[in-house]
Amino acid sequence: MTFNGWGVWALYRFEMARFGRTVFGSLVTPVITTALYFVVFGSAIGGRMEEVGGVPYGAFIVPGLVMLSVFTQSIFNGSFGIYFPKFTGTIYEILSAPLSPLETVTAYVGAAATKSLIVGLMTLATATLFVPLQVQHPLAMIGFLVLISVTFSLFGFIIGLVSNSFEQLQFIPMLVVTPLTFLGGAFYSIDMLPPAWRTVTLFNPVVYLIDGFRWAFYGLSDVGVGVSAGAMIAFFLICLSIVGWMFKTGYRLKN
Amino acid sequence: MPPVIDIQGVTKTYKGGHQALKTVDLQIGKGEIFALLGPNGAGKTTLISIICGIVTPSTGTVIADGHDILKDYRQARMKIGLVPQELTTDAFETVMATVTFSRGLFGRPPNPGFVEKVLKDLSLWEKRNDKIMTLSGGMKRRVMIAKALSHEPDILFLDEPTAGVDVELRRDMWELVRQLRERGVTIILTTHYIEEAEEMADRVGVILKGELILVEEKTALMTKLGKKTLTLNLQDPLTALPPELSDWDLTLKADGHELEYVFDSNAERTGVPSLLRRLSDLGIAFKDLNTRQSSLEDIFVSLVHRDTPPASAGAVQ
Repeated sequence: MTFNGWGVWALYRFEMARFGRTVFGSLVTPVITTALYFVVFGSAIGGRMEEVGGVPYGAFIVPGLVMLSVFTQSIFNGSFGIYFPKFTGTIYEILSAPLSPLETVTAYVGAAATKSLIVGLMTLATATLFVPLQVQHPLAMIGFLVLISVTFSLFGFIIGLVSNSFEQLQFIPMLVVTPLTFLGGAFYSIDMLPPAWRTVTLFNPVVYLIDGFRWAFYGLSDVGVGVSAGAMIAFFLICLSIVGWMFKTGYRLKN
Repeated sequence: MPPVIDIQGVTKTYKGGHQALKTVDLQIGKGEIFALLGPNGAGKTTLISIICGIVTPSTGTVIADGHDILKDYRQARMKIGLVPQELTTDAFETVMATVTFSRGLFGRPPNPGFVEKVLKDLSLWEKRNDKIMTLSGGMKRRVMIAKALSHEPDILFLDEPTAGVDVELRRDMWELVRQLRERGVTIILTTHYIEEAEEMADRVGVILKGELILVEEKTALMTKLGKKTLTLNLQDPLTALPPELSDWDLTLKADGHELEYVFDSNAERTGVPSLLRRLSDLGIAFKDLNTRQSSLEDIFVSLVHRDTPPASAGAVQ
């Protein structure tokens, strides 16, 4: 046996089953959140703002909103998926199973990314109820969505491995990811910022992700789609190598 | 026949410096039931965890059914089932789902018939659609065993399988172990209950402070290290042992109503006939007598305390 396909499938299904048990909360939450964002940003602020680069403000924020829920969901699912068995002790079975590190990550991250993809598409579907949407580059849009879901699920997986408590599990998403997303041009074009702030913003990795994703919708880009795609791939590879290193050394998993 | 488990020079020092295992060498034959005895913290669980891939050994090699557990971990682990000591289960899963999951995780294609058999063998079939969190502790223990058996392992580790379970479940467990042995499954169990080792094991290993201090056939161990005790119920109590009896290792018990003689049952001369003759010469009469073979527990206790110097070395009992 060179690839434990049954094992990966079992673990993937197991993770998806948890999603299934909480499907109501998992899907209703993004719908409500998206609707709220539209009410507040789209109607209240959007009413006073005209267009951004020829796109109505309500439509302009949609890619950012989708990204926001994909980031949050991926990190949550990715971290919780591996943290929970560590917490309850059921990790013994995963560690004693004939699974390679790559297979384990494939199953956990695959399931986490699948869930956040579903939630991301759900957010997108909700958005269409409020604003007319156009997707100029559908293939790129799907490609970016998948890549970002996988990358942030990997990122979440790392957080789950490192965390020793539920508090630590919450720490990075709350204190790092949410601010970076809000400051990363989810709700505005970075061209609207004063030059100094614009430079600062360029150090925020999330800017590239949202910008690239928005390009797939409207063909608008502040930093250039090639740079965005490069940033996504780089972030993906960084996360992958960290996970690879952790498994190789047994970090926080094995004594 | 090569051993099904071959442990060579395995040591484990945890981060922080605690040396859980000094050099351990152990071979276990196919179809054998091996009991690993030892007090808490002796290293039993560490040794099992190393073989199952949960803990990485500091040095040494382990071969399971011809496969190196590190280099060839897939093949090795597919052969091994583990029932850990702690009751760690996925509370929200059903019994059926969790056992089916375990089978898949270990690389086996679905086989509902086999899963059904495992659940029936463990009296879990009626509960198959119940969530694990609704089950009693004993039932959860059965679920853990079903999970470990779901991928048809050839080697089964039972880490304290009957800790905190009721008599009925313990009997069922013993019965199950016998059935598994008939199928040729090798079983390694750790236990606090010496009774359990005495009941089931073919061989016994005693581990103490990270060292395997003894490995022996159970029956050989019990005859080799076993002592017999002869107890005589005296007609009239004795206040002190007469000096004429000083050749025997005797103790007065029960306010002088009982005379106890501990002897080596394997010795050529046990001293029993001569003792009885001497007693009759001295006119000491007895109403009843019985002899008792020391249990594995007695042997174990004496082994564990062997390292600590006895308080009254050389003293006659």
